Amino acid sequence: MPRLIKDGAVAVDRWTLAPDAYSLTDVPECVPVAVPLALWLAERGVLRARGNVGVILAPDDDPSALAEDTATLPLIAIDFPQFTDGRGYSTARLLRERYRFEGELRAIGDVLRDQLYLMAECGFDAFALREDRDPEDALRGLRDFSGLYAATARTPQPWFRRRKASSPIETFYP
Amino acid sequence: MYRYEDFDRSIVAQRVVQFRDQTRRFLAGELTEDEFRPLRLQNGLYIQKHAPMLRVAIPYGVLSTLQLRKLAHIARTYDRGYGHFTTRQNIQFNWPRLEDVPEILAELAEVDMHAIQTSGNCVRNTTSDPFAGVAADEVVDPRPWCELVRQWSTLHPEFAFLPRKFKIAITGATGDRTAILVHDIGAQAVRDAAGNVGFRVAVGGGQGRTPIIGHVIREFLPAAEILNYFDAILRVYNRHGRRDNKYKARIKILVKEMTPAAFTHRVEQEWARLCGGPGTVPPEEIERLASHFTDPPRQDLPRASLAYRAALADSRPFSQWASRNVRPHKRTGYAIVTLSLKKTGVPPGDVTAAQMDAIADLADRHSFGELRVTHEQNLVFTDVLQSELYTLWTRLKAQELATPNIGLLTDIICCPGGDFCSLANAKSIPIADAIQRRFDDLDFLHDIGEIEINMSGCMNACGHHHVGHIGILGVDKNGSEWYQVSLGGSQGLQASLGKVIGPSFAAAEVPDVIAQLIDVYIDLRHPDEVFVDTVRRAGLDPFKERVYATAH
Repeated sequence: MPRLIKDGAVAVDRWTLAPDAYSLTDVPECVPVAVPLALWLAERGVLRARGNVGVILAPDDDPSALAEDTATLPLIAIDFPQFTDGRGYSTARLLRERYRFEGELRAIGDVLRDQLYLMAECGFDAFALREDRDPEDALRGLRDFSGLYAATARTPQPWFRRRKASSPIETFYP
Repeated sequence: MYRYEDFDRSIVAQRVVQFRDQTRRFLAGELTEDEFRPLRLQNGLYIQKHAPMLRVAIPYGVLSTLQLRKLAHIARTYDRGYGHFTTRQNIQFNWPRLEDVPEILAELAEVDMHAIQTSGNCVRNTTSDPFAGVAADEVVDPRPWCELVRQWSTLHPEFAFLPRKFKIAITGATGDRTAILVHDIGAQAVRDAAGNVGFRVAVGGGQGRTPIIGHVIREFLPAAEILNYFDAILRVYNRHGRRDNKYKARIKILVKEMTPAAFTHRVEQEWARLCGGPGTVPPEEIERLASHFTDPPRQDLPRASLAYRAALADSRPFSQWASRNVRPHKRTGYAIVTLSLKKTGVPPGDVTAAQMDAIADLADRHSFGELRVTHEQNLVFTDVLQSELYTLWTRLKAQELATPNIGLLTDIICCPGGDFCSLANAKSIPIADAIQRRFDDLDFLHDIGEIEINMSGCMNACGHHHVGHIGILGVDKNGSEWYQVSLGGSQGLQASLGKVIGPSFAAAEVPDVIAQLIDVYIDLRHPDEVFVDTVRRAGLDPFKERVYATAH
């Protein structure tokens, strides 16, 4: 079974991703499965009743389409066709911060070690690493930093609100 | 200036460790060139014609002498003994070895410097007014706000992979020395009738192959909302900016294609969801940052220096230098001094390691250990006693840093061009040099008066040719280098884009063309009318007629 990084450790993936599913007949039964947004929106009633169905978002999909679903969806996967396409970072923050999604938020596609820390800050908790890469090695990417300045999904307060107000200020001119 | 805290240092240190490992993996073949490229670019490292080029950030142009000495050390140890100050207040080293770059970054971290996001499709170094804190026309000191934005933009996790690069400029004066209207975001700090600080926010300005003056999308943004508003702008851009064509990927194209009104509406909608949230900056934070930018311990002086006045009367070379390179200070008895990096024979913006050390010594002696970098590629001492100007002038002269040409024809803004840059279509440094040599009569230069000649070696416009009073653009015609000339551009709050005067010229013709343009100006000018105003009044025709009647 393909391995992924989940909650900071290498894990076995129990999900089947069906990125090319266009109708219900394309959706495998009896396994947890993620389908494209278009299919989800077209067959929401059936898929919701089935349970164990997640949604795959393309970079240009609008996360507000899932505003009614985030409370119940177990998994949302965001595709990075190339790691240099940064739209998924905004999608992730919107899902976590604006639409209060608390299920598994998974990065899929061109997912590499050197982007994991930034993705985790934006709210991803699962990473389906590109197949040719070693997940054990990539785990180190999650420890590249011990904190950044900006407010994010994982760190809702920016540095200037986390900083201890009592810390002394060293000024340039004594 | 801002002093790093442990947290700032930890981020820069961790970034060095991260990049050291990325470089190791690239050299070991574990990262492909395509995978490594964005990583190295976000650490300022280009692969250029002859060698890598490392661009080091000088946040909003403020530099301490400790840092300058470190830059001198890096130039000597890892490069060929010089550095190049850029039009975005950064410094570039043109000859480092890839293998050495992690070590260079570690050395920079020792003095709280880095190369984070000086390149790549991310938020770049925020630029600002080199006279911040001392300018007579300052409404709000922009430096605390610049530092706030520096921290926010540094490794902002949502915006590391934008459609294209993103440049922010912030000013707090009524006169613009920052070219805010040709930036992706240009923010001008202003005060409302009640004295509250806010920002006038322009978006979508830029140079490059599609030059556009920025659109003001908000006349008054409450200052505490600056980060939320910038988040909103960046988020709209990150999600909707074009990624199919890198020449149409800047935010200016998105603003144009959506229309400024529709773009503004999207930003305002997004901001409405963020306003008042964690990103709203509490007053204590601005006070904290402002406390890093207190005035140096200046003397209280009752009057302007009499010795300075006497020296002006005694020495014509000194008064010539003072008339161009010295600017009034907000405090009596002090002056702002610009060190010219535009000596004929030296590529514009280049400084040797020995000069850097000498400049650091002089800044320690004469300007409280701090200096500034301008986007015109010169350096500034912000706090010089008028009574010490003559001494400083003689010391600067000894270092060849006292060319009295600030704002004059030979103070050319110029990119590295085809001698170094792999993007360039044509050389730029030798053309700048030929123009400087042609205008070697100092009295004539002073008589011509204020004029900005900006030159870029390609349409990426690093030399800001679109906003030069005279803009020169290197173009490639069937494999040979030609130069297109434009007139009437200007920076500032009434920024305008220059218009091309006609067919381009061979390199050898350029100095003659400039001379003819100047001759027309001298024939047509009204008393006290500067070059660009004559161009605006008389139009392009008289200039075109002269140039093309004789040249073609």
